[in-house]
Amino acid sequence: MATFLRSFWHSLVGQDRLEDEATELPPVEIRSPSEIPEVQIAPEDPLIGYFQNASGAVELDKINVNSPGLAALKAAGVKLVVPLISQGELIGLLNLGPRLSEQDYSTDDRKLLNDLATQASPAVRVAQLVRQQQVEARDRERLDQELRVARIIQQTLLPKEVPALEGWHIAAHYQPARAVGGDFYDFLLHADGSLGLFVGDVSDKGVPAALVMATTRSILRTAAERHTSPGKVLERANDLLCPDIPANMFVTCLYALIDPVNRTMCFANAGHNLPYRRSPTEITELRATGMPLGLMPGMQYEEKEASLHPGETVLFFSDGLPEAHNARKEMFGFPRLKELMRGTPADDNLIDYLLSELESFTGPNWEQEDDVTFVTLKCTMIDMIEKPSQNAETGSQAGWRVLADFELASKPGNERQAIERVNQVLKEAKLPEKCRKRLETAVGEATMNAMEHGNKYEEDKPVYIRILTNDQVVSVRITDCGGNQIIPDPDTPDLEAKLDGLQSPRGWGLFLIKNMVDEMNVVSDEKHHTIELIMNLQGDENANQDS
Amino acid sequence: MQTKTLEAGVRHYGNTAIIDLNGEIDGFGEEVLNTAYDEAESQNPESILLNFSHVDYINSTGIALIVSLLSRARKSQKKLYSFGLSDHYVEIFQITRLADFMGIFPDEKSALVAIS
Repeated sequence: MATFLRSFWHSLVGQDRLEDEATELPPVEIRSPSEIPEVQIAPEDPLIGYFQNASGAVELDKINVNSPGLAALKAAGVKLVVPLISQGELIGLLNLGPRLSEQDYSTDDRKLLNDLATQASPAVRVAQLVRQQQVEARDRERLDQELRVARIIQQTLLPKEVPALEGWHIAAHYQPARAVGGDFYDFLLHADGSLGLFVGDVSDKGVPAALVMATTRSILRTAAERHTSPGKVLERANDLLCPDIPANMFVTCLYALIDPVNRTMCFANAGHNLPYRRSPTEITELRATGMPLGLMPGMQYEEKEASLHPGETVLFFSDGLPEAHNARKEMFGFPRLKELMRGTPADDNLIDYLLSELESFTGPNWEQEDDVTFVTLKCTMIDMIEKPSQNAETGSQAGWRVLADFELASKPGNERQAIERVNQVLKEAKLPEKCRKRLETAVGEATMNAMEHGNKYEEDKPVYIRILTNDQVVSVRITDCGGNQIIPDPDTPDLEAKLDGLQSPRGWGLFLIKNMVDEMNVVSDEKHHTIELIMNLQGDENANQDS
Repeated sequence: MQTKTLEAGVRHYGNTAIIDLNGEIDGFGEEVLNTAYDEAESQNPESILLNFSHVDYINSTGIALIVSLLSRARKSQKKLYSFGLSDHYVEIFQITRLADFMGIFPDEKSALVAIS
């Protein structure tokens, strides 16, 4: 009987408690010595309740319960069962076959078995708990390892830095949830100077989401390198993803193609959150419709275009923020997000501001439910002259193309950089050498004036320079941060007075500019001051000859 | 764009001093220019020639420095000339009327011949 009991001991300590909720428990498995086949009793079997209430050893032949478990025990040759009870809970069964002497179990046998069960039950229970903890620890370790892998996959594939575009400020933030969602974003700089921007979210979490995210990112990059239309990029990505994506998974994704010079954004959206555009007066959703990627092949994606004006910001975001809950189970929500964007001072860092608001909303010890991802795109260039010049030669305001936008710190000597950049940009322009040299001087002088008089040589105040053409003239617009300043007329300096020491020897800048270019325009508002230099492109060698 | 700080050397030929300028004439070159002029004037020449052959950039501050030199020359009754200016800066000297107060010559030889 000792061998028999040892065998059951092993089987018992390997079992979960029998009294746990029936729907969550696996069937009770009872191992028998080699001559007795394994017996399983389902948690919902009425036999479990019978043993729970039994007082000591029970002969199976005397049980009158309609039970599959009872039939199985009998079929396995079990004659006597001793329930193992710990703290009122059935934790196992001691199953005995017929006595080897072929006699019935005696009263002493039953008493011995009952005593054994009483003493063994607590030890069995302890053993069960130890084993349960070991299993749970292994499960936790495995889960943690999976999460580490998912996080590594995800963070390896996210951009290490955001692109630097003149006249634009781009920022990104990714904050993974413990369970690691499938958020991603990516940037793709194209040879023509445009910038591709992806933001997306895979519907699952953990390693599966990370793997789908990695595949999707790769597919999107390939598609974006081959197609210039955001709608086509998503269409192609969807068709490639559909055959391979696991069932019940999908990817929301927005792809925007940004033209940094002309300040336009063409975009298509595969079911991702609509980005918000913040202008000085309102918050608008940038809406384009389309199904998430990976659900159905052959989808088409609506394509929209938006102009981004100086000072405007576009916020791309994942579900993590609007779907965050606080301790009162309230959701952060889209209206709150819109309201916060409306209230953020224009110069503040929007991402830091939103994260701070999220923290205030959720409170401390918040268990983040989903990844929180933001990408912001802000047009930092300023409008220099909104109304293109009224050039006397062309008489037209139409057809201007921006050739370059850049900015310079207000630092003595930086006018040489302005001259160099203008020369580079206009390398192929039909400007005679004489006009080119005049424009160099005018650009240098105008930049110096902007740095010195407009920005007081404060290095954090930049000088903005924009170069445009309408194929008949080139226009160089130089803007400083000194609004509301009276710009003196470029009178001819009195050289005699200067030579006689009656006037400062300085004061040539504006006069030189005026005489070097074909047209000069000045515009000021309360914040900025812009000077526009116009040179004819038709190669008029006599331009300004008589000045 | 590589910028070149102004350097200056002074040569004396009888009653003439030649200031050889090399680099850019802007606000950074004030001290160099004035020191060279002091040195040129120290031997009391009748004429001082500014050699612009190796000057490729003059801005409005540089123009003001040249106006100052011209003013000093007028006060000490010396004649100031220039040579070696590029066509662009000849045009600027004409527009600013500096050319009305200082002779402009294409090169050193023609300048020396003319003032002798």
